[in-house]
Amino acid sequence: MSAAAAKPILYSYFRSSCSWRVRIALALKGISYDLVPVNLIKDGGQQFSAEYKALNPMQQVPALKIDGITISQSLAIINYLEETHPNPRLLPQDPKKRAQVRMIADHIVSGIQPLQNLSVLKQMGEKKMEWAQNCITSGFQALEQILQHTAGRYCVGDEVSMADLCLAPQVANAERFKVDMGPYPTITRINKALLELEAFKISHPSRQPDTPAELRA
Amino acid sequence: MRDSDGAQIRNSYLQKGALSPANIALPCLRVPEMPSAHAFFSLNTILWCFQHITLSSFSSQPILYSYFRSSCSWRVRIALALKGISYDLVPVNLIKDGGQQLAIINYLEETHPNPRLLPQDPKKRAQVRMIADHIVSGIQPLQNLSVLKQMGEKKMEWAQNCITSGFQALEQILQHTAGRYCVGDEVSMADLCLAPQVANAERFKVDMGPYPTITRINKALLELEAFKISHPSRQPDTPAELRA
Repeated sequence: MSAAAAKPILYSYFRSSCSWRVRIALALKGISYDLVPVNLIKDGGQQFSAEYKALNPMQQVPALKIDGITISQSLAIINYLEETHPNPRLLPQDPKKRAQVRMIADHIVSGIQPLQNLSVLKQMGEKKMEWAQNCITSGFQALEQILQHTAGRYCVGDEVSMADLCLAPQVANAERFKVDMGPYPTITRINKALLELEAFKISHPSRQPDTPAELRA
Repeated sequence: MRDSDGAQIRNSYLQKGALSPANIALPCLRVPEMPSAHAFFSLNTILWCFQHITLSSFSSQPILYSYFRSSCSWRVRIALALKGISYDLVPVNLIKDGGQQLAIINYLEETHPNPRLLPQDPKKRAQVRMIADHIVSGIQPLQNLSVLKQMGEKKMEWAQNCITSGFQALEQILQHTAGRYCVGDEVSMADLCLAPQVANAERFKVDMGPYPTITRINKALLELEAFKISHPSRQPDTPAELRA
């Protein structure tokens, strides 16, 4: 579809769950790209540099330069990839099942992750861990119940969808914040199945160009 | 192909008498054996805050559970108005906002494609989604009620900061994408997210001076019938002192 000779460029941080979502999508769709790491912590946060702000006024990762445009917001990027590289599909064909996929993705992307992202946690001082655990716990309680209705092998039925791209990175966040995953057997089962897939492995935070040595797989 | 699929889904949806576990049609997470409104409201708060807006079809037309002041409810009301979908509104006195209503709006877009809320060009669609997601994930959740409760007396300042930094970014983006509305000259999902967020900004007394593009677009949107009839000041549950 694209006439551009240049490879897409992804601005990403190894540990950013939002970046990981897009890395999974690119891997699933077999789209090769160049990765430019943006360190969210070093130098006061490289996302705040004037250079990065010119590229993405929202000053967040991920951002994808593709086909002559720059897109930010992980689901906006993933939807664009879905529309321009339809195979393999990341959305079911049935509108109701698509709604379920979107509902789950939206819940994670709007209802859980923003409340425990870096800029919010900075404001919480010493209550940081507790705050993050509470956000994730209350979000996962709802998600576990939803998944009991929608899940097959994956979040919605037996095909990997946008919901799954959001789930695995959020579980990684939960583990980082030492959330007890005991109450969420469906989330745990699905996550385990996802992490066996090649696309989820090669895009994993432990395997990125900017993964620090001590965290490397 | 898409239109006939939509018609098929729409028909089956409207003919449904009762919900069953296999028929969870929409971003609707009610427990299937309890279709009544009262039973739904007795579900635990976690499920409730996941899904405070639900469309269901246990009568002949959709039922929207809505809170007059919720920006998320207002986005969906605008979509329903734009698409000419009549519905029964059940007011809910709500304590939480959620960001999951784009799933509902996308479903409405797929099953009622006219008028469209997404451009045809994939790049412009990406711009619409980017703007909508920025508001729905990047601004609104940070100033929703559950977060504000945690902020105590710093509540107002916190909300203003979230909205201000979000609007600074948005103003820059809109300078590239906007025509009469957020992206070009057609109303899109981005606009459905913008107007309610500006209403939030006004409630938190954010100075709108630095955001002329946001202000101009918002003004144009509020002149549209769908934005007027769905406005928080005109809902069945709008308190008398806030009524238009």
